[in-house]
Amino acid sequence: MNILVFLETSEGKIKKTSLEAMAYAHGMNGVTTAIVLGKADAGDLQTLGKYGAAKVLHAADTKLDEPIIQVYSSVLAHAMQDEKADVLLLANSSLGTPVAAKVAIKLGASFASNVTELPDTSSGFTVKRSIYTGKAFAFVELTGAKKVITLKKNAAELKETGGNAPVVNYTVPLNEADFNTKILKTEKATGDILLPEAEIVVSGGRGMKGPEHWGILEDLAKALHAATGCSKPVSDMGWRPHHEHVGQTGVKVAPQLYIAVGISGAIQHLAGVNSSKCIVVINKDADAPFFKAADYGIVGDAFEVVPKLTQAILASK
Amino acid sequence: MKILVCISHVPDTTSKIAFTDNNTKLETSGVQYIIGPYDDYALARAVELKESSGASITVLNVGLAETEPTIRKALAIGADEAIRVNAFPTDSLFVATQIAEQAKNYDLILMGRESIDFNSGVVHAMVGEILGIPSVSPVMKLDIDGTKVTMTKEIEGGKEQVESNLPLVAGCQEPIAEWKIPNMRGIMSARTKPLKIVEPKGIEAISINKKFELPAPKSAVKMISADNVVELVTRLKTEAKVL
Repeated sequence: MNILVFLETSEGKIKKTSLEAMAYAHGMNGVTTAIVLGKADAGDLQTLGKYGAAKVLHAADTKLDEPIIQVYSSVLAHAMQDEKADVLLLANSSLGTPVAAKVAIKLGASFASNVTELPDTSSGFTVKRSIYTGKAFAFVELTGAKKVITLKKNAAELKETGGNAPVVNYTVPLNEADFNTKILKTEKATGDILLPEAEIVVSGGRGMKGPEHWGILEDLAKALHAATGCSKPVSDMGWRPHHEHVGQTGVKVAPQLYIAVGISGAIQHLAGVNSSKCIVVINKDADAPFFKAADYGIVGDAFEVVPKLTQAILASK
Repeated sequence: MKILVCISHVPDTTSKIAFTDNNTKLETSGVQYIIGPYDDYALARAVELKESSGASITVLNVGLAETEPTIRKALAIGADEAIRVNAFPTDSLFVATQIAEQAKNYDLILMGRESIDFNSGVVHAMVGEILGIPSVSPVMKLDIDGTKVTMTKEIEGGKEQVESNLPLVAGCQEPIAEWKIPNMRGIMSARTKPLKIVEPKGIEAISINKKFELPAPKSAVKMISADNVVELVTRLKTEAKVL
């Protein structure tokens, strides 16, 4: 089986979620070609061999520096044909998922997003995907000759398998008509750990009583090298920006550790965190429903418990 | 301007999910159905555009007769007419194909960023691809000036300002507009607004839902004293192995 993996970059650096797609491809035992579009760190391209690529395609045309979905999907559809690839793998993201869907239409390929595990190929090709916002899973058989799959975070564990792969300059004619949307401006939190990709998340709810109290959560997040999140009421009241809202209608996270402070645990919030490996709930209300969904719980005042927890973490390092 | 708003008919966000028929069907008893929350934002923005610039709104749903109360609610909120494509929405490709069939004469096609049942989040991209027009999602702000459309789109850890032209497909999310609650006049007039039923375009299914599964039940929470946060740190390291 020939597998093409699209690796997404952020300021030229390859994203970790994309490396998970490499690990997934490795688990499928196919021949893997990695493809990177636009500006990319040369060192990062070199390391892809270690993650299982037999070959790395780099389309370095500066017109690809901006991630325009229509343009990227045309390039990837082209590469699928050039490489005679059977499967295209991508990480779920605001870029990867729509690009994948468009490639699937262009190629008449079977499509599945939010895939959480390696495919079952014992009879046919069946993937497991997350549905009902993490409340359930579906087993979906992909019957098309070509398949396009986007992966939910943690679908495969990162693995360095050794090996070197040649980095090949990939040129493809770009279609002017694909530049039908223009990116005027990008505003992005820089230097911070991005919430959808974080391994540890510290979230605050209404129990934090006001935006001026977020400092203690930020200190805890810093000690843990974590991203900060919040509940819906908190972003609705403007205490925190919308892109930090975790829940059914916000960001769905899947970290190793999720620490919820002063969040009661409405079912809509739980839907955004139920893929977390371990959940810690800190709430002064012992009856908060979130405790039922937690692995560890502390009943106590956030303003006392959180600074103590930060100290304990710093002391344990 | 003609706006098409595509809505999904989904279990409300507080629903407990369970399956029946050997885990091949959703257990629907006790489930309350609603307009998909993201679709509701799309509809709300369409109603605002109608109020500010006199657009007409058609609401579209791919679903069987059971979805009609949901469609009537969208009419009560402010859509002028409705189309129901008479088929169960089996997968994204099927739904996108049906929408594209109906969408050819519209300037703006709005829908939610994803449906909250199957969460694929790609119908807008597929419709755009099939029709050969731009698609943008998830859109938090959308303004139209002539045929020029400026949008704010959420990306990981931030946002992007994007410009494109009509005709266009947008997948919407908050805070693009405030949800609208139908008033009595809207509910009365919704009963007589036209609802057209069309048969689906047949396509070959290339992704098939075989069965469903619920996540493994969570083990009981371990409570730790607020005076002993050190124990929490130890347990996170040695027991949960997440630090």
